[in-house]
Order: sequence, then C-alpha cells, then structure tokens
Amino acid sequence: MQIIVKLFALMREKAGTDTIPLELPTGAAVTQAVATLVGQYPILEPYMANTRFSLRMDFVDPETLLAEGDELMLIPPVSGGA
Amino acid sequence: MFRVTTEPLNVQQVNDLVKRHTDGAVVTFDGIVRNNFDGRLVRYLEYEAYAAMAEKKLAEIGAEVQQKFAVGEIAMMHRIGRLDIGESSIVIAVAAPHRHAAFEACAYAMDRVKAEVPVWKKEFFADGADHWVNQN
Repeated sequence: MQIIVKLFALMREKAGTDTIPLELPTGAAVTQAVATLVGQYPILEPYMANTRFSLRMDFVDPETLLAEGDELMLIPPVSGGA
Repeated sequence: MFRVTTEPLNVQQVNDLVKRHTDGAVVTFDGIVRNNFDGRLVRYLEYEAYAAMAEKKLAEIGAEVQQKFAVGEIAMMHRIGRLDIGESSIVIAVAAPHRHAAFEACAYAMDRVKAEVPVWKKEFFADGADHWVNQN
C-alpha cells in the first residue's frame, strides 16, 4: 500500500521536501513507516525520538495501523504562542 | 472563534468577540514577538503551522477550558508567516461572569497551546544565524 508522509519545520528543511510517498506492506504501523522513512532519509533519524504522529488531525500512537492513502503527519516539538 | 491566519491580529477585535451581557470580565492575552532569545538579538520570526490541525486543536482547547472553568466564550487566533518585533503572534480572549475564572482560564489556555497546537517558531538572529525553537 502507499501512504504519504508530511514534514514540517526543521525536518521539512532537512529532507528538502514536505511530502514523501512511502510504499509499505498492507497493515503496516506508524513505526514501520518511520523505519522505512529513516532508511530513505537517514538525515531525519536524529529527530524521531522527539516526533509525534498525527492522522486525520489527531495525535496517534506509534503502534497505530495505517491504511492505503493515509497522510501521516510528523509533528516535531511544537513552539507556538509567544 | 479559533483561527490560524497570516493576517495581522487585531487584539480589540478578538477581545470584543467574546463579550456577552452576563459577563463582568474579559481577560485578553496578547503574545508578542520579543527581540531576544538567550541573550541573542532577534531580528524577526517565522511561524509555520499544520493549520487545519492547529485550528482543530485550538477549538478542542477552547472546549476543555469551558469545561474546567466558569467562563463564557473564548477566542484564540494564532498568526503565522513572518512577524516582526512587537507584532502579535497569538491573542487569546476569555470572557467570564467574574474575573478570577477569566484570568485562570486564559493562562491555562495559553499553556495548552504551547503543548498541543502544531505551530513552529523559527528565530532569525541579528548575526545572520537562524534556528527552529526546540528542534535541535
């Protein structure tokens, strides 16, 4: 199945893109998407320990299963406000 | 109202949005861009957001605040894009029948924003360097 990974802020700059399609086995979890992503973009590896994940505008656990066409958002530590 | 926008924020407008005739207080927080970070001179900031989720999270925080405190309406606006020193990056207004609840709810809402809303700040320093806050 194919999913889309979306990057923001520093990870977006490091990868040089905000959108990365990934090919994953059917029923893969977020953790498998991250492993595949880091395999293709080793430069993102150091940031993963502090990254949260979002599907359909909600935070999800790394064990969450993905479905075809999902957009997996990688959410770095937030720093909004003032 | 819960919104992420590239337009300059109007503090009075956000303040006025939440007033009802049963309220005796509006507490409005105006978060502004400061000219220094860790002793370094900041020239300007850029905010980036996952805007759709940020607006959803702001609304969820608004609902949470209304559950937790004896307050009325609440509005939160976050600006993104390039902001210069002294400009407002976030405005939070909370109305309540009595002032104590409004003060507490406003402070609580801001703490929740800083923890849960997908917005990121990049600082551009006077010496030409830049960095994303909390991401290295």
